[in-house]
Amino acid sequence: MIEPPTGRPSLGLGELWAYRELLYFITWRDIKVRYKQTALGASWAIIQPLLTMVVFSLFFGNLAKVPSDGVPYPLFSFVALVPWTFFANGLTQSANSVVASQQLVTKVYFPRLAIPIATVLSGAIDFVLAFVVLLGLMAAYGVAPTAHALLIVPLLLLAFVASLGVGLWLAALNVQYRDVRYAVPFLTQLWLFATPIAYPSSLLAEPWRTLYGLNPMVGVVEGYRWALLGAGSPPGRMVLMSCVAALVVLIGGILYFRRMEQTFADVI
Amino acid sequence: MTAAIRLEGLGKRYVLGRALDPHRTAREALVDAMSGAVRATASLLRRTAPTTGDDAFWALRDVSFDVPHGEALGLIGGNGAGKSTLLKLLTRITAPTAGRATIQGRVGSLLEVGTGFHPDLTGRENVFLNGAILGMRRDEVARKFDEIVAFAEVERFIDTPVKRYSSGMYLRLAFAVAAHLEPEVLLVDEVLAVGDAAFQAKCLGKMGDVTAEGRTVVFVSHNLDAIQRLCRRAVLLEGGRVVDAGRADEVVRGYLTRQLRRPSPAEWLDVSGLRRRGSGGARFAAVRFTTGEPALDGHPYPLGPLELQLEIDAAEGRSVSSLAVVIRDVGGTNLVNADIAAAEQTLRLEAGRNVVTLRIDSLYLNPGEYTVDLWVGDGGPTGLDYVESAFQLLVLDPRPAGTGPSLVVTGLVPCALRASVASGSMREGVRESSTAGSGGVDPRGAGR
Repeated sequence: MIEPPTGRPSLGLGELWAYRELLYFITWRDIKVRYKQTALGASWAIIQPLLTMVVFSLFFGNLAKVPSDGVPYPLFSFVALVPWTFFANGLTQSANSVVASQQLVTKVYFPRLAIPIATVLSGAIDFVLAFVVLLGLMAAYGVAPTAHALLIVPLLLLAFVASLGVGLWLAALNVQYRDVRYAVPFLTQLWLFATPIAYPSSLLAEPWRTLYGLNPMVGVVEGYRWALLGAGSPPGRMVLMSCVAALVVLIGGILYFRRMEQTFADVI
Repeated sequence: MTAAIRLEGLGKRYVLGRALDPHRTAREALVDAMSGAVRATASLLRRTAPTTGDDAFWALRDVSFDVPHGEALGLIGGNGAGKSTLLKLLTRITAPTAGRATIQGRVGSLLEVGTGFHPDLTGRENVFLNGAILGMRRDEVARKFDEIVAFAEVERFIDTPVKRYSSGMYLRLAFAVAAHLEPEVLLVDEVLAVGDAAFQAKCLGKMGDVTAEGRTVVFVSHNLDAIQRLCRRAVLLEGGRVVDAGRADEVVRGYLTRQLRRPSPAEWLDVSGLRRRGSGGARFAAVRFTTGEPALDGHPYPLGPLELQLEIDAAEGRSVSSLAVVIRDVGGTNLVNADIAAAEQTLRLEAGRNVVTLRIDSLYLNPGEYTVDLWVGDGGPTGLDYVESAFQLLVLDPRPAGTGPSLVVTGLVPCALRASVASGSMREGVRESSTAGSGGVDPRGAGR
């Protein structure tokens, strides 16, 4: 049954589930071709956060003497950069994903949500590689993970939700306004400094510190530091704040994306 | 019997500014959105529908028809008639603006072969990826994998990235995946327009199998011959509306006669405004043709006569050594070049208007659609006037429709032939070898 759109909002998750195999294949394809025909291959997943960490350590750690909650500064920034890179790359790539799949969108029907979701999911492989390096760095500094280390898994999910939520808004906007392509690098750069990566959120006093959690990546980054390095105080309220913010963005993003996808094939 | 596909008043409206200008910036959109909101509020107050403005057009309007289970339906029409839009609605790629469509069963679509192929992946990987995109399950692809690879004839290269494939191999593999899709309802758009002749024949054969298996097929093509061969029924779209529906051969014939610049016989067609080349010393002004045969309304027929009258305006009195009517097929091949130069004739044109009559005694053309060019020259390289595609000529089948064989004829041109039979053997007393070599009659051709 094919009818004009009713305007009734729906998340379309049931349909997405029906197409889970396609979602799997697109994710698999994105992972497979990720570093095809590059000289350094998957090393790129490590180089990016590693070099950023070196630069941060030099300028913020050594020169500006930014406090780091009693953790060696390189470790302090790298533990934040690993989930951040996952978030920022996921956001950037999903924002371009629908436009990049123009050929698919205009020729085949499937739930369009699969495209940005697969894009963010495929970034998990980079995360795993960078995480291994993080473990090595921790060993080098003689820092053992805390008893809460397993909490990084739900925290990664939070980063995924935040990345996808923002990515969906941008991907749908990008179909009609290619302005998005130019705005995204700028946005991620600003967001990087709006997130406590180069500095600790303990610089803020309560209640501002909890409110700071409205930026979903604040909860993720502080959660990682606390769970892996035991740095700072338990960020419970901040993480809760971040979860709420990320979910609101995601649900809003899905609804907006679903409304716009009706015309993707006409407008793209 | 319930229909596999039922369309009820289906329509699709595009707003030109939005659909055709992908590079609209956010600032323009903001302005549009605000003026749109004002308009919407105003119409809400007046309790009327929002005005659509001049920049909206219906790519498809009020389309209703049924396709019964197991039937192959051809969809024909000129460019911009709405064929592809209709397929996009049926495949749910885009949503309709009005009406509704009901489809029963699993839908598979082939709007393009190789959709989603990734150049960096191997043939094997692409088969699975493309299968998933077309809606096949993984085990289904795995089961048919060998068959797909064999059909595509790329066994040796199946683990090579497809960017190293020749374009022919790429297309064969892409079509092979699509051809092994087994939906209950299949929607196909122009996929046969790719590849060499042998590949097209193979695709056509596969399409024939699909329809023979009793699946419901909607087939869009400009290849009218293929439509008639594969589909029992056809629908003709024009300007987004259904203008004809019925038996495929009848709809195709109706479509051919509707096409632009197809003058009725004996009616003068003004060609003075058409694009042309040449020095312009003499120019074609108008043309008409007739056969003098009332049965077919004056349309030409195979081996019949064709008389053309050409109005030519000459700037000054001059002799022309070449004046020709060139008849080409839809593919552009010159089939007939009726040139007075071939008869070593020259014509004297007076200043002002002249009417030249050119008669072809026997037209060696099969029923079908042809394009006519007009040429006049005086021996110079550029000629005086050359009008390409001046008009379309329809050669009709003189046998009454429906009783004889179909319009589809094999062979490029007709020939005048006669066959006779005598009882007994004519070979008595003649050596075997000399029979085969003499006479000039190929026995295999005599029966045709």
